Amino acid sequence: MAYEVNGITVEHDEEGYLSDLTQWNEDVAAILANDEGIDMTDEHWEVVNFLREYYDEYQIAPAIRVLVKALKKTMGKEKGSNKYLYTLFPYGPAKQACKIAGLPKPTGCI
Amino acid sequence: MSEGMEEGGSIKKFMYMNRKAPYGTIYALEALEVVLIGAAFDQDVSLAFLDDGVFQLTKDQDTKGIGMKNFSPAFKALGDYDVTKLYVEKESLEERGLTADDLMDLVYEDEDDDWAEKPSIRLVSRDELKAVLADQDVIMSF
Repeated sequence: MAYEVNGITVEHDEEGYLSDLTQWNEDVAAILANDEGIDMTDEHWEVVNFLREYYDEYQIAPAIRVLVKALKKTMGKEKGSNKYLYTLFPYGPAKQACKIAGLPKPTGCI
Repeated sequence: MSEGMEEGGSIKKFMYMNRKAPYGTIYALEALEVVLIGAAFDQDVSLAFLDDGVFQLTKDQDTKGIGMKNFSPAFKALGDYDVTKLYVEKESLEERGLTADDLMDLVYEDEDDDWAEKPSIRLVSRDELKAVLADQDVIMSF
């Protein structure tokens, strides 16, 4: 299974997560977001970019609880909350935002 | 995800034993995944590293030559998952010519102490580890 982005074939698994995260770029993210029915705003990008940095440092996609805690620490209370994240990514922030960020499905995420 | 778990459920002491080298078999990576999943359930979690398992915590791991993902940075995230007790058996280190200086600097932030950074690794002797194990409710060995 694959997406076609600017003439490049980007492989993904049966749930739409990228097989090779080095193939990620903003155009790929836009297609992934579109499939999730999400209209990307600066706030969405902020979370997506945060997740990519987290993965770069720790080599894992964080659980939602850990993501909330980390966001609270770096971006403050308002953005570091379940409610805020679910407003941006209604079908599960960890699941949807990680997919758009090109990361694997978070460990333990159903 | 873990909301509501506290009510009615009792907190048990979970120990995950890591006895195998990080690469070559899937045990080390699978154990870490189980720990990360289990961390959602608000239990009292400890990890023990003994035998070749101590190699899992060595710093500057480079897996390019074996074509496997270096997952050791994920140990640095354990503090975020409230997994803050990593027991390392001294004898296992010594038998392999390792010292505490060969291990990654793993810390957690103590919420009850103004988020002060504290070390997660606890060096224990074989006898001390026995006592820790005797105190657990659930032990899983990998």
